[in-house]
Amino acid sequence: MHSADVIVVGGGSFGAAVAYGLVRQGVDTVILDGSDDSLRAARGNFGLVWVQSKGMGLQRYADWSRESSHLWTDFADDLQDSAGIHVNYQNGGGLNLLLSEEERENCRRSIDIMRQQAGPDGYDAEIIERDEVQKMVPGLRVGDEVAGASFGPHDGHANPLRLLRALHCGFEHRGGRYFAQNEVVSITHDGSAFVAQTANDRFVAPKIVIACGHGITKLAPMVGLNAPIRPQRGQVLVTERIETTVEMALGSIRQTDEGGFMFGNSEEEVGFNDGTTLPIAGNIAARAVKAFPQLSGVRLVRNWGCIRVLTPDKCAIYDESETMPGAYVATSHSGVTLAAVNAHHVANWVATGDTPPDFDHFSARRFDVPAAA
Amino acid sequence: MFRRLHDAGGQSVTIDFEGDALQVGAQETVAAALMAAGAGHSRTTPVSGAPRLPFCMMGVCFDCLVEIDGVPNKQACMETVREGMKIRRQDGKRRLDP
Repeated sequence: MHSADVIVVGGGSFGAAVAYGLVRQGVDTVILDGSDDSLRAARGNFGLVWVQSKGMGLQRYADWSRESSHLWTDFADDLQDSAGIHVNYQNGGGLNLLLSEEERENCRRSIDIMRQQAGPDGYDAEIIERDEVQKMVPGLRVGDEVAGASFGPHDGHANPLRLLRALHCGFEHRGGRYFAQNEVVSITHDGSAFVAQTANDRFVAPKIVIACGHGITKLAPMVGLNAPIRPQRGQVLVTERIETTVEMALGSIRQTDEGGFMFGNSEEEVGFNDGTTLPIAGNIAARAVKAFPQLSGVRLVRNWGCIRVLTPDKCAIYDESETMPGAYVATSHSGVTLAAVNAHHVANWVATGDTPPDFDHFSARRFDVPAAA
Repeated sequence: MFRRLHDAGGQSVTIDFEGDALQVGAQETVAAALMAAGAGHSRTTPVSGAPRLPFCMMGVCFDCLVEIDGVPNKQACMETVREGMKIRRQDGKRRLDP
């Protein structure tokens, strides 16, 4: 048996960021992580720190994403100091390329809605023309079919695997205890503390944060919480390494600091099947070539499918149990974007009970409202 | 440094590696042929520039990347030599065609 101040269930980019923030505040924390055959969304992540499309219908989430991007520069420096790992955060803004007039029109409508929703807080993304796109991406010739792009000044990207490793190393470096292959099977409360039972061990703490992706649906009800998440597959393609040509994040296209391009944007409703399919991979590659015809000859070296952790409105859920205070749930498919706010504000919320402003907006109770007939 | 365990016999072909003509067995992979000829490193890495030789010889490690007949980043262990094949070291990252 092990005891701690806080148990964090889940060692992906969500759980590890909260846990990292907790040990940074001096809170005695354990991470209970799954195994190599867990779904592990953090290992398939694309690596965007993305703001421009976040928060349709929930302004608090748009603000939250933007706040995280503002914290990201210091957060990356802090990870470099405590873990010695450079996560290669680039914050030069992001372009969402529009490959037809129809996509441009849809994007224009979304921007209008987001701008109206934001009101005086402001919404910063805007549509720019093809020649401006070319100026922002000088290293690659922009395809003739590109009908402009939406530019978000707060967008950026980072290496998601190095982020995960930095969070884990930083966590352990500051005294956190990490337990792999300890998938939690039950959570109970013994009157004084929460007890998390794994296959071979027990962990006891007065507070517990459930941040284990799809594992949440099983564990959250055990502490009076509800998180109606569903799986959605995204496929990613990776190319051979190419001389650096693009520093800016381009939505479904980004070039890593090591030279490989990543392409990917599929949203597939295939349950927990994390396989790959040629038609989807072909569509993803065709879009990349349409955007940048020079990519037509490059070799693909990898293709994977990964399962997103998606809430009904695609915005994050943060909740504390009303019936069992001290139990929290935290989840979203945006583990890289939100890593900075998770390490700062969410960790502080759990450590001190000091709730960030308007945090009830993130409660899963927002989904309990029945749809109008 | 490397020697063949048994001589496959039969035909040989001539390939060009960085301008040098090499006589190699007609059935060999590019990776095996370059190592048997003592041709030295076959690529430098894109990140640190370290010189590398083929390693896994079965298509997994991507350490044997070379340029073959003008096509960059080919896995030398997955290609059989051909008469007149022109091979160059893969020097770090490839460039895109204009």
